[in-house]
Amino acid sequence: MTPGDKGSSCQGQFTNPETPGYVGFANLPNQVHRKSVKKGFEFTLMVVGESGLGKSTLINSLFLTDLYPERIIPGAAEKIERTVQIEASTVEIEERGVKLRLTVVDTPGYGDAINSQDCFSTIIAYIDDQFERYLHDESGLNRRHIVDNRVHCCFYFISPLGHGLKPLDVQFMKAIHNKVNVVPVIAKADTLTLRERERLKRRILDEIDEHGIKIYHLPDAESDEDEDFKEQTRILKASIPFAVVGSNQQIEAKGKKVRGRLYPWGVVEVENPEHNDFLKLRTMLITHMQDLQEVTQDLHYENFRSERLKRGGRLSSHGYILPLSPAKGSDPEEMDKDMILQEKEAELRRMQEMIAKMQAQMQKQGEGDGDGQHM
Amino acid sequence: MSEIVPPEVRPKPAVPAKPSHVGPSSTGIPSALGSQGSGVGGHGSGGGSALLGYIGIDTIIEQMRKKTMKTGFDFNIMVVGSSGLGKSTLVNTLFKSQVSRKSSGWSRDEKIPKTVEIKAVSHVIEEGGVKMKLTVIDTPGFGDQINNENCWEPISKYINEQYEKFLKEEVNIARKKRIPDTRVHCCLYFICPTGHSLRQLDTEFMKHLSRVVNIIPVIAKSDTLTVEEKNEFKQKVRKELEISGIEFYPQKEFDEDLEDKSDNDKIREAMPFAVVGSDKEYQVNGKRVLGRKTPWGVVEVENPNHCEFAQLRDFLIRSHLQDLKEVTHNIHYETYRAKRLNDNGGLHPISSATPSDTQESNL
Repeated sequence: MTPGDKGSSCQGQFTNPETPGYVGFANLPNQVHRKSVKKGFEFTLMVVGESGLGKSTLINSLFLTDLYPERIIPGAAEKIERTVQIEASTVEIEERGVKLRLTVVDTPGYGDAINSQDCFSTIIAYIDDQFERYLHDESGLNRRHIVDNRVHCCFYFISPLGHGLKPLDVQFMKAIHNKVNVVPVIAKADTLTLRERERLKRRILDEIDEHGIKIYHLPDAESDEDEDFKEQTRILKASIPFAVVGSNQQIEAKGKKVRGRLYPWGVVEVENPEHNDFLKLRTMLITHMQDLQEVTQDLHYENFRSERLKRGGRLSSHGYILPLSPAKGSDPEEMDKDMILQEKEAELRRMQEMIAKMQAQMQKQGEGDGDGQHM
Repeated sequence: MSEIVPPEVRPKPAVPAKPSHVGPSSTGIPSALGSQGSGVGGHGSGGGSALLGYIGIDTIIEQMRKKTMKTGFDFNIMVVGSSGLGKSTLVNTLFKSQVSRKSSGWSRDEKIPKTVEIKAVSHVIEEGGVKMKLTVIDTPGFGDQINNENCWEPISKYINEQYEKFLKEEVNIARKKRIPDTRVHCCLYFICPTGHSLRQLDTEFMKHLSRVVNIIPVIAKSDTLTVEEKNEFKQKVRKELEISGIEFYPQKEFDEDLEDKSDNDKIREAMPFAVVGSDKEYQVNGKRVLGRKTPWGVVEVENPNHCEFAQLRDFLIRSHLQDLKEVTHNIHYETYRAKRLNDNGGLHPISSATPSDTQESNL
């Protein structure tokens, strides 16, 4: 194949196909791009926070949809009965030919009860369950259409009314920071003046450091990116945690229609960077969607997988998941270990049966002699 | 005992009720004294049991006022709510002085207390020659833990302890002329402005304590709600309070007469008040106002279009301050006292020195 052939067969996008030694695989990213656009993207976002922090409004604002059309908000009396629920809603958004299958996992009931001791075990179980399912699919026979329902990102809503993180916030974030990318968000930020907002952000960052919570860190811009992008990344990194306001109502302000909240003393504009960090949050989410997925795959999922398989190796007979057909895709070393363990367990069982038999015999003898000699 | 001795005592009904009396705030003299109905100052003529000349009975109001000004009076207000709801700021704004230490000044070392603490701080403030010993009772740690079960117990205990203290003083043989009143006259309960509904903790607290102390629920940091959201939220909260059977102050059952009832009805319709507190001043339209400055405008604390702080202040301080004390004394305290006396078949030696047994026959 001569360089010339390759060059002319691909729409002439490359500079200098006549260069000797030119192969043309620089076209690869475009091919990947085209394929992924056709395939579409999947993203799962989890939102956690007490009721009334504006989570649903924010999600609707972020994606300009109404994810919760018929919502009934329960009163305090009804809330007593509820434990934390997991509600996943999926919506397909398409923009300029790119399809995004977005799943938002909501957690109503979190932090509502008087005693919130156990409110996050349900959530952690859900996250683990998605990992488990993926592991099962990945190790299965038919791997073509694996659906990725793993949680790629978790927005944790912090109340702007407190002085920082509450004990529940700290405990929850510590429990999930090794399983999912945690992005802390300050909700209803229009409660705060600018100074209060800065103070709260600093306080939260200090407390996150103090408790060793690992939140999601934006990757630094590569050195070959342009200055604008580097600047943008710098600004984003400096604004964490994002203080946001959500709204889907159109208000008339300064002659134009904006999305915002109308107060007697002014209008809070959702998309005004001086009013709140909504745009920054949206930018971060969109430009780093890929990175969030990668970190979920490479870090959290791999952690889960290695933990699971290590554990699974010791509990062989109790239904742990290994490849359905042992011959394909599994480590021969692990297979051997497995067989050895199975043998050992079988031996143990036999020995236990023997001991039980002996004990029964001794009991019978004891009864016969009239004194219960038990060992 | 209450600092103002009523000049005449109306016959008390079987159910404890507020005795009405002539106080410095009322504008009229009871008609039993004469057909002249209003004002200080004499009238020579009139029908019925007219007085033939000016006696000067109406100067009793002046005398009482002078006395009150000399002795001053106590007012104890308790603030309850999760941390960060602006309790201290609101109290400072209400009384226009730094009477409460703001917890936003907490440094790293001062963590949220593990259990509910009770902190009472007193200040003497003066206005127009009238001295008031104001005690603000703060409850840091309320509602801040992960497990908030029974977090109202320390508060309930404190309130009952104050009643107990007063009771002990009252049954003493050698009583003080003026028993120091540390009973909680009013409890401001701060509701978190979620915009959805009351939280479980809110209803539980108010259920347990509305029979023991006057509870005034307020919606804290209400600049987070737009006007529609605020009205909706208020309706929801009122409905929930009704369903749970929570009687907040002013309680319907203690309305004396029609006038009271109509006044209080108007107030009850407007409660819970949605307030914003601030101790900073800003320039708005050439005036200096207390408020909060944001990039999109200044929230004026005393502007009735912005929030209901002015209403709360007028209600709490300018019209119902004395009434709060009376309801506490005549109803909540009496209920406690009756229960105490009935429970142990009389007062047991709670105080070692006083021979309270001899008092029993008088009681």
